[in-house]
Amino acid sequence: MQALIQELKEKIIAVLSLEDINLEDINDNDPLFGDGLGLDSIDALELIVMLDKDYGIKLTDPKEGKVIFQSIETMAAYIAANRLK
Amino acid sequence: MTENKNYIHSFCTIQNNKIVLNDETVFEAESTSFADFSKQAYKKLEINYPKFFKMDSLSKLAFLGAEILLKAEIDPEAENNIALVFANKSSSLDTDVKYQETISHEENYFPSPAVFVYTLPNICLGEISIRHQLKTENSFFIFEEFNPEFLVNYANVLLDTKKADKVLCGWVEYFNEEYKAFLYLVAKEGVVEHQIETIKTVYKK
Repeated sequence: MQALIQELKEKIIAVLSLEDINLEDINDNDPLFGDGLGLDSIDALELIVMLDKDYGIKLTDPKEGKVIFQSIETMAAYIAANRLK
Repeated sequence: MTENKNYIHSFCTIQNNKIVLNDETVFEAESTSFADFSKQAYKKLEINYPKFFKMDSLSKLAFLGAEILLKAEIDPEAENNIALVFANKSSSLDTDVKYQETISHEENYFPSPAVFVYTLPNICLGEISIRHQLKTENSFFIFEEFNPEFLVNYANVLLDTKKADKVLCGWVEYFNEEYKAFLYLVAKEGVVEHQIETIKTVYKK
């Protein structure tokens, strides 16, 4: 799980162009939206695309995103349980 | 054309890895890509605005020019009635091509929302407006080439009809690493009169 968490941090920094953020700046339980990393709605859509492209997971219900994208840890747990690739 | 006189308050050119403000070089980088040049300029100008890195190249180009010209103009405590009138030749084609690449292959069809939002040229005006909290007139036009006649007339009309206190005019062209930004601020007061021939001369520098 720790390897997946590390991988996700690297992907999120690259995919969302978080130029001023380092790996060590992201804690596993930090909120991704709001006060945490401060991601916005377009970032949320990019994360949905990333789940599909890199892990073969298609989110059909937008409400699922609220739970899955709470933190890196919740994302990693969901991916580990549902990934197709 | 109107009879009231307007003036060129300041002007800025960005091309060939160099930023020039009112004939003075404010930043120059060694030969590099636009992505690297714009990142270096961001740091040199001490801009603290992480959203910059999410922008496409056209918006970064327009944003840097506006940042330099509006830095001293914006009063954060007041309504700043600065209109934006921009134009270019290639529209958002550079980003359009990048977006098209994300939807070209059926087996690798992953349209990027972050790229898609920049597939309109006037988004760069939105980025400038958000950055400087401008709730003003803004328009983006596409021309075959730099069109000072149009820009001068449009800016003068905005000022003379009191739709704006100042007008930031800009030619921001970007396609395939080829770029040029020429931005200038027009106001009711100043020294250099806002005339087509003057704009042509400054643009060619």
